[in-house]
Amino acid sequence: MNLDVMINLSYLAAALAFAYGIKLLGSASTAVKGNMLSAGAMALSVLATFFDPAIVQFKWIIISMLLGTGLGAYAARTVEMTGMPELVALFNGFGGLASLLVSWAVFHLGVGLDFVTSFTIYCASLIGALTFTGSFIAYAKLAERMDGKPILFKGQHQVNAGLLILTLILGVVFARNPLDSYTTFIFIVILSLVIGVTFVIPIGGADMPVVISFLNSASGLAACFAGFVVKNNVLIVSGSLVGASGMILTLIMCKGMNRTLGNVFFSGLGADVEEEGGGDQGTVKQASPQDAYYVLESAKSLVVVPGYGLAVSQAQHIVRELGDILEENGCDVKYAIHPVAGRMPGHMNVLLAEANVSYDQLATMEDVNPNLEMVDVCMVVGANDVVNTGARDNEKSLLYGMPIIEADKARTIYIFKRSLASGFAGLQNPLFFHDKTYMIFGDAKSSLSNIVAEFKD
Amino acid sequence: MTVETLIYLSFVFGLSILLGVELISKVPSQLHTPLMSGSNAISGITIVGALTSAGVATEHLTSGLLGAAGVFFATVNVVGGYWVTNRMLSMFKK
Repeated sequence: MNLDVMINLSYLAAALAFAYGIKLLGSASTAVKGNMLSAGAMALSVLATFFDPAIVQFKWIIISMLLGTGLGAYAARTVEMTGMPELVALFNGFGGLASLLVSWAVFHLGVGLDFVTSFTIYCASLIGALTFTGSFIAYAKLAERMDGKPILFKGQHQVNAGLLILTLILGVVFARNPLDSYTTFIFIVILSLVIGVTFVIPIGGADMPVVISFLNSASGLAACFAGFVVKNNVLIVSGSLVGASGMILTLIMCKGMNRTLGNVFFSGLGADVEEEGGGDQGTVKQASPQDAYYVLESAKSLVVVPGYGLAVSQAQHIVRELGDILEENGCDVKYAIHPVAGRMPGHMNVLLAEANVSYDQLATMEDVNPNLEMVDVCMVVGANDVVNTGARDNEKSLLYGMPIIEADKARTIYIFKRSLASGFAGLQNPLFFHDKTYMIFGDAKSSLSNIVAEFKD
Repeated sequence: MTVETLIYLSFVFGLSILLGVELISKVPSQLHTPLMSGSNAISGITIVGALTSAGVATEHLTSGLLGAAGVFFATVNVVGGYWVTNRMLSMFKK
């Protein structure tokens, strides 16, 4: 059979397998299979490509694939669960970079560069480049190598808009006469790299989950455009699938924060941080783990609100142990997961699953809020912004409008925190100063261990 | 690229987006993290495009090296992505 036909049939099978793999990824019981299927489809695509007559030698291919596999496997094997979000951001950036490099390689070869092909080269390079630098900034903010506070300067929005328009103009100029426009191309690449940075640095650390989702979508789009460049269906299909899935997830997350996408990217949250009388909000009540033990011992219902601090303290196992003890003690235990808790959608779910928390104990914000008035104890472990009552009550609060877990409605609230420092969004939390709230300062894991020890006596 | 090819490719593009939207809106929030990681791995499909660029005759040095760099980064994306997703998913197994 014709080699070209064989290759394309393999691509077709792979594309369909990717789509089905994503479908399987949507349910806990089939998710592992979905991932395997998708990996298999990737392997098939790569294998089929090896037979492409355009490949005349394998020297560089072998070296790059070996190095890439080594690095990818090493990073994936050694990363802690807390480091997952930033690693995904970094990998995402690499994907974007790859799309840029492919388009560049095709351009450099200088063959078959009609207007449409050249314009898609421009698109793939633009999106690939900004995905790369944008993802890198996201990685830096999450890995805390960079300050989480938004970096703003006057006229920022105009600059960003201007840069985009400039690349569009240059893109058209380039596409009309690619062979004579090498410097134009380089300029486009540089501008695109800069755009990636300027678009992401004004976004505060609290919004990073949205940004990662968005960049995930962008890298898919970049792959799709690269597909138009090399006229490869599997790239186009897979790229659009990833582009679409990233976009939906991004919009879901925005809804979870009750903000629009435009608001996330262009409002510069944290810019005008007025302190709302930051110092004089009253004093906080403190409790020791022993105090908490007495209240928990007689509690009939508990809701745990986990946040990023849970991950940092690696307290998910001890929290589960406490939950088990309490359940044996006749207390109903639930974990309320806010859509943007942690640094990535589903971050808390992954952590709690690692600790073997039972699936049916995980509840959503919507499940939990109506019943909080009847809950005896609410334990907030390493979460801050998602229980910030200012978001509900204070119109001047920068979080205003974001749906929260209404921890203040419970009968007693314990907040496990290292200090009174502000959350990711950089805002004070009125919940801390509430009458029914007790702060338990210190590392969450050790505080919780102390409580567990009390139960064991 | 002829207009005809472009139109066919656009058909593929449009239908894929529709499919993607349909598939993703049904995924529960606890699976969002592995979903992001898994779909990120899929975007490493760029490797296919990079392979043909990296495999050109060695006299096209720059193109070949650009392609090879693309293969490297796409491979990290692919291998790392699937591995990390698998790690996350294996924790969901009861």
